[in-house]
Amino acid sequence: MKNTVFFGALTVAGLAAGMASAATLDDVKARGSLNCGVTTGVPGFAAPDANGVWEGFDVAVCRAVAAAIFGDSTAVQFVPTTGQTRFTALASGEVDMLARNTTWTFSRDVDLKFEFTGVNYYDGQGFMVPRDLGVSSASELDGATVCIQTGTTTELNLADYFRVNNISYEPVPIETNAEAQQQYLAGACDVYTTDASALAATRATFEAPGDHIILPEIISKEPLGPLVRHGDNEWADIVRWTLNALIAAEELGITSANIEGLASAPTDNPEVNRLLGTEGELGAMLGLEANWAMNAIMAGGNYGEVFESNIGESTPIGLARGLNAQWTNGGLIYTPPFR
Amino acid sequence: MSTLTDPPKASFRLSQLIYDTRYRSYTIQIVALILIVAAFAWLINNTIENLESLGKDFDFGFLGSAAGYDINQMLIPYDNQMSHGRAALVGILNTLLVAVLGCLAATLIGVIAGVLRLSKNWVVNKLMAVYVEGFRNVPLLLWIILIFAIMTESMPQPREFRGDDATQAMLLDDSVAITNRGIWIPRIGFSNSLSGNEAVAAMDGATPVATGAIDWLVLFGTLAISIVAISFVRKRADRIQQATGVRPVTWYQQLALLVVPFGLVAFFLGLTIVKPFLQGFNFTEGTHLRNSLIALWLALSLYTGAFIAEIVRAGILAISKGQTEAAFALGLQPNRTMNLIILPQAMRVIIPPLISQYLNLTKNSSLAIAVGYMDVRATLGGITINQTGRELEGMLLLGGFYLALSLLISAGMNFYNRSTQLQER
Amino acid sequence: MSDTQAQTVAYVRDTMVDAQTPPITEVGVIKWLRENLFSSPLNAILTIASLYLVYWVIAHVGPWMINGIWVADSLTECREIRNATLGADVPAACFAVITERWPQLMFGFYPSDAYWRPVVALLVFFVGIAPVLFDKLPRSLLIGTLLTPFVMYLLLWGGSIWGPFAVGLGFVAGYFTFRFLNPINSLMGTIGAIIVPILFWFFLTGPIASTLTATAPIGLPFIESKDFGGFTLSVVIGIAAIILSLPLGILLALGRQSDLPIIKYSAVVFIEVIRGVPLIVWLFTASLLLNYFLPPGTNFDLMLRVIIMVTLFSAAYIAEVIRGGLAALPKGQYEAADALGLDYWKSMQLIILPQALKISIPGIVNTFIGLFKDTTLVVFIGLLDPVGLTNAIRASTDWNGIYWELFLFIGIMFFIFCYSMGRYSLYLEKKLQREHR
Repeated sequence: MKNTVFFGALTVAGLAAGMASAATLDDVKARGSLNCGVTTGVPGFAAPDANGVWEGFDVAVCRAVAAAIFGDSTAVQFVPTTGQTRFTALASGEVDMLARNTTWTFSRDVDLKFEFTGVNYYDGQGFMVPRDLGVSSASELDGATVCIQTGTTTELNLADYFRVNNISYEPVPIETNAEAQQQYLAGACDVYTTDASALAATRATFEAPGDHIILPEIISKEPLGPLVRHGDNEWADIVRWTLNALIAAEELGITSANIEGLASAPTDNPEVNRLLGTEGELGAMLGLEANWAMNAIMAGGNYGEVFESNIGESTPIGLARGLNAQWTNGGLIYTPPFR
Repeated sequence: MSTLTDPPKASFRLSQLIYDTRYRSYTIQIVALILIVAAFAWLINNTIENLESLGKDFDFGFLGSAAGYDINQMLIPYDNQMSHGRAALVGILNTLLVAVLGCLAATLIGVIAGVLRLSKNWVVNKLMAVYVEGFRNVPLLLWIILIFAIMTESMPQPREFRGDDATQAMLLDDSVAITNRGIWIPRIGFSNSLSGNEAVAAMDGATPVATGAIDWLVLFGTLAISIVAISFVRKRADRIQQATGVRPVTWYQQLALLVVPFGLVAFFLGLTIVKPFLQGFNFTEGTHLRNSLIALWLALSLYTGAFIAEIVRAGILAISKGQTEAAFALGLQPNRTMNLIILPQAMRVIIPPLISQYLNLTKNSSLAIAVGYMDVRATLGGITINQTGRELEGMLLLGGFYLALSLLISAGMNFYNRSTQLQER
Repeated sequence: MSDTQAQTVAYVRDTMVDAQTPPITEVGVIKWLRENLFSSPLNAILTIASLYLVYWVIAHVGPWMINGIWVADSLTECREIRNATLGADVPAACFAVITERWPQLMFGFYPSDAYWRPVVALLVFFVGIAPVLFDKLPRSLLIGTLLTPFVMYLLLWGGSIWGPFAVGLGFVAGYFTFRFLNPINSLMGTIGAIIVPILFWFFLTGPIASTLTATAPIGLPFIESKDFGGFTLSVVIGIAAIILSLPLGILLALGRQSDLPIIKYSAVVFIEVIRGVPLIVWLFTASLLLNYFLPPGTNFDLMLRVIIMVTLFSAAYIAEVIRGGLAALPKGQYEAADALGLDYWKSMQLIILPQALKISIPGIVNTFIGLFKDTTLVVFIGLLDPVGLTNAIRASTDWNGIYWELFLFIGIMFFIFCYSMGRYSLYLEKKLQREHR
């Protein structure tokens, strides 16, 4: 009798196993929720609150996509992934998309066979040092002990930078941001290096943020964005244009406050009308409802609102828009037209 | 039941495959073999299909391409332009290093704690009980994290050693520095290195030294020869004792054999002790025992030590008191009793579980991930897999390495067991 | 002799001397101290060193814990409260993080109105396993034990009651096949008991479950594996793996003892390969590779993959424990079973396994303790067990920078679980020793 228990377990497992087919959108619709891979925790970008509700800048992208598909920003399952497991989780179909401050690189796009659907944050790798160390430039860091997060592009950039500048360093690889922060604060490393946004976010939560400075050198380009699997272009389009819709909404002045009014009747701006579905058939082309973009924007506001409420200057994280301002304000955030 | 009837002489019938015990075992085995082969074929077929649909191939070529990342602790020369294979080798050596150090320390801690747990001293006894239960019942991962954090938080930073108003000072005549980045201890260099490396002075006024593997080989070779010679002296003493009943005094010969050749070789190689000193952000020269190594080492040995303590305690309790009394009755001295009667018997009980603890410790060293110690899981199974996307190949190599290591240790254990087994009737 | 002497002795004392009080060094506290703590110089040094160690730890940790702040909304608030009441440099723990995140540490992302379900499931587990652990209870309760996994599955994941019911029917079908075929031929019986349920699950379970669900939709709201977290996750992985690995472990142990070389060597290879590689590598395999080995398109959720991997892992260890139990049985038991004319399966069922399993229980409990501790490793593949939640909690701006309190709490919780199980296994071992005397 007992020897059959195992087979029973396998069958139960078999019942729970689903089949992932080529059309991700159909799977997502059939499942009734979006599986979105996020980090296990980076302040401001993704973290669960006391009630277990995920919030953050990356999380907002997931919510917008879920809202575009279902009209419900809560129809999303967050799957925490580590730097090590994220790509496999996406490749194997465990998650439908990754929104996990992942840098868009050639090899990830081409060799690892992923599709980056845009950039939601332009970042770069920076250095943070204690003020009383008296260092003002990264070139003075010869012989320093550097805390880095493993499983990222950071360690490769760091190796390149120090090799090119012909200075030596001692890497201390750390698994998570929280651990790295603890090591850095205790003085176990002189420098903490990671994306400048994460540095600022981390510094903001210190007991005395003023005692630490972020060095002026940004040693790499880190365009962070959501990504999906190669080979399902319809799905990639949905993620890409949901992100674009958030960006376009800010450019066109559509906010979560005025969107209801703008969407109730056609306005005199045709692009606004096309975006909000009061004119044209953009939603149907994506295989979504006509008001998909409106739902996406209602989920957390336009790009600027999402930025402000999660990592902007009014939050403890306190990041300035910088490169991530709209192109009309001298930034790099730019969307192709909705036409 | 019908045993008296003639065995079936008729020609072979198919049903005999199931009902005849002579053939049934073959049937079962062949069915099992077919099932196993089919299962493997299924798995391999799935893997091939999956790799195809992902557009990946199965290729170990990535081991030859440049790694691009740096490793802080390397026992063999490595830089980020060397290959992934080299990085994996650095990781393997780091794993072996922490495993060997861990086994040594765990044995030491375990034996002391095991003996102290049998102590009649109430305070010591209870303290050891707290240690053993505390470590046995809390996950090793937590201990590694906690010990790492305690070391980082409680020890001074290197910069506290700097300047005239330094709040910290180096120990033992400026030769050991304990910081929260690890411990710097003096290292040994050779001013007349045989390797042909040019001797370099670490700072102005210091003795120029060079390092070379050959020097170490020569040094340890001398030591090994000395030990062989000493064993000959002891054997000769044993023979004389057997023949005449009087053991010649040989300790000065043994000491001379140990010290003189070693001293001469060391002198000709120009053996120099190089002390660490503060330069820039960190100490330089000397040997740097990194915090990650120390924390992992400490946590592994304390955790495994708690298990070994229980094994040692059980081993000692397993030897009946009659053995000691019998030895005394034969007129053996206490230390001879311990060496000749108690230890050999206790060892037979202690060694097999002890070696399986060594096995556990070696496997647990893969938790290095928690403190950023660059072992083989972190290099080959971590950064390399992550940068190249070769998870199938990488995990196979990683699993193969641990498996080979475990089998090697098990084989050693079986060999030992067989050689010490009681010859049972 | 004393009789004759009594007459010749001139003086014999006829009143007893009053009992003297023993010397002060031989009574009470002082005697105890002398004998237990200061019996030799070495002992005295050890005592003093130990006492100093205890003092040092208490002096450093004590104030921090006693000053602990239990109610606050964030670390910043904790620091403000500390500065206001104690002063800026006084060490004070901020246990408020545990009070605020208590449900999350316990249940992860489980819906808060369903918190009762894991609790009841754990109770069901204890009630179900009681007849196995305490042999004073009536044997008929074992039927309840067989039902426990289904009830627990239903409570934890929910969904229609008919799913587990239909799967359970498969076991019943297997059982009756066995009862029917076993008298004819026990090998046939065993094979039938394996094949019939598999066929049943493949072809009948789905239709039965869906028909019953359609006619009588009874059940609990379905909860996805992704919502499991915190200690619920550790306990569920641990318990599921141990329940599932037990039958597999028995099969492997029997396989390893088998006379048939192919069976024997497959069991040996399986056990040694699993035991030779660290769990963390197996977990990475579950996370990174398992999808390669399954038919294209199959997609388990991660928790299920972890449970499968941990089950295989613990099955190898359980197999070794049971092999120890089999080896510890006197050879006479095997010979007696053979002498009675029992075939292999009957002798195993009726004679060998019941005895071998009984003496293996302490070892199985110890394996479970090890397994339960090892569930913390799932943090490295992104599951939010208690250790994983510390990362997530520290990533929220409220609690960024908190450290010791969380790990201390998790450590204590694990200690309570494991220590009590360890005591139980020790009690069993002692009891078994007494019975064998």
